[in-house]
Amino acid sequence: MAAAETHRAIEAVFRIERARLIAGLARMVRDVDRAEELAQDALIIALAEWPKTGVPNNPGAWLMAAAKRRAIDGIRRDRMRERKHEEIARDLDDERDASVETLEATMDDDIGDELLGLIFTACHPVISAEARAALTLRLIGGLTTDEIARAFLSAEPTIAQRIVRAKKTIGNAALAFEVPRERERAGRLASVLEVIYLIFNEGYAATAGEDLIRPSLCAEAQRLGRILAGLMPDESEVFGLLALMEIQASRLPARTGPDGALVSLTEQNRARWDQLLIRRGLTALARAEALGGANGPYALQAALAACHARARKADETDWARIAALYDRLREVMPSPVVDLNRAVAYSMAFGPEAGLKLVDELAEATALRNYAPLPAAKGDFLFRAGRLPEARTQFEAAAGLTRNARERAFLLARAAACSR
Amino acid sequence: MRVMVFVKATEDSETGVIGAQHAEMFEAMGKYNEELVKAGIMLGGDGLRPSKDGKRVAFDGPTRTVIDGPFAETRELVAGYWLWEVKDMDEAVAWVKRCPNPMLGPSEIEIRPLYEVEDFGEALTPEAEEIHGRVRDQLEGR
Repeated sequence: MAAAETHRAIEAVFRIERARLIAGLARMVRDVDRAEELAQDALIIALAEWPKTGVPNNPGAWLMAAAKRRAIDGIRRDRMRERKHEEIARDLDDERDASVETLEATMDDDIGDELLGLIFTACHPVISAEARAALTLRLIGGLTTDEIARAFLSAEPTIAQRIVRAKKTIGNAALAFEVPRERERAGRLASVLEVIYLIFNEGYAATAGEDLIRPSLCAEAQRLGRILAGLMPDESEVFGLLALMEIQASRLPARTGPDGALVSLTEQNRARWDQLLIRRGLTALARAEALGGANGPYALQAALAACHARARKADETDWARIAALYDRLREVMPSPVVDLNRAVAYSMAFGPEAGLKLVDELAEATALRNYAPLPAAKGDFLFRAGRLPEARTQFEAAAGLTRNARERAFLLARAAACSR
Repeated sequence: MRVMVFVKATEDSETGVIGAQHAEMFEAMGKYNEELVKAGIMLGGDGLRPSKDGKRVAFDGPTRTVIDGPFAETRELVAGYWLWEVKDMDEAVAWVKRCPNPMLGPSEIEIRPLYEVEDFGEALTPEAEEIHGRVRDQLEGR
């Protein structure tokens, strides 16, 4: 094998092991930054050794042993600095053995648990949501700071600083790198799921022609979701979120037209929807429901997405079911945006008057005061009810609120259509 | 990217006899599958019955000839498959290398990247896509 090829093969092995390596090391040295360095050191040692010896049978264990030796050397060096050399010469061997034993004891835990512990630590609520996302992509996804910066349309120093600060916060708070138990668990899991969905949505918001790293965030988030589902097979909301992401991602090939413009759900060519992802999403949703989580916020959103995924044509959509799901969603996740979507579903299921009734109740909500989709939806209901002059006013109001040029043109066209 | 990973058949797998001699391999394979799931790359997979249970349909112009298994070229036959989502071929190769030997004797695993919709470009007209989608729907009974 050519040297470059060997190099790539070793790096591929390292990529597979990296997150688990960092997870084990972080728990051991209680320092994410140091854990990352040690993992990197292990890669450098592997790049020097493996071309001669071949890739070992258990590369994960080999890398961990190499990193551990480095960690122990580091501890020894620190001790050297702290003490006089004569004392050390006497004690060193005993102490070293004791350190090694302690280290090995920490290493014997279940590896899956350690990775999960790292995920929960990187997503700890003491860290801001953006920093959690950056840290998770760095530690678990293995993205470089530059890749993360490009993905979030930020400057590299901003992201680097965000990661440094997050690591410091973890150190200062003396977080345990463990999966929280019982009481704390639900809240902490919500924080993990929030980060994964944030990463997904960042990728979903990317438009055609942008740096490819952005849409790839969807794949990163799906992978994180799949990893989490593999590690926490009994958590219904993990499967709810996974189902939601798989089904939404199934539409990625259909949601932009040849000119790069977004294509609305009803207009999409459904033949382009990725059936494998839909099937995976439906399976994950069924699992979430079987685990008793049918009313979880993610499971409900996944169920909504599934209604669209199941409809072969837009006009076969089961709007009554969608309306019923929104009734349940607003109970567990109250938000004016959910209410607006609910009004749209009602208008589709039961006619424009049903939608108008709900949207009028909503008009009082301050959160939606400058929200273009509200008058746009209302305009659509009025239009369908034959109340054209009123519809026109709403479309014009919506056009005045949106910042998206394409959307504005669309709304103005709808306003003009009211005069015919 | 998605890859299809084929486990090639051997004379042993083609007998279709599963016995105590396979227990160890099955256990190792079970653990490996679990690892694939925990790594978030596994999209699906299954083992295939021997080719004696299979059939082929040969095409030549308008004629269709059904050929019953078993088929001769054992090493070219597929005994099982996985569908994975990986970052690149290097990652796929690294994962395959850590697979326990799927057969009792020497064996082979083949990795093939899938075409993505984008690869077809202009060759796939909206009409053709529509039909592809419909066929898939029917296959999946939806």
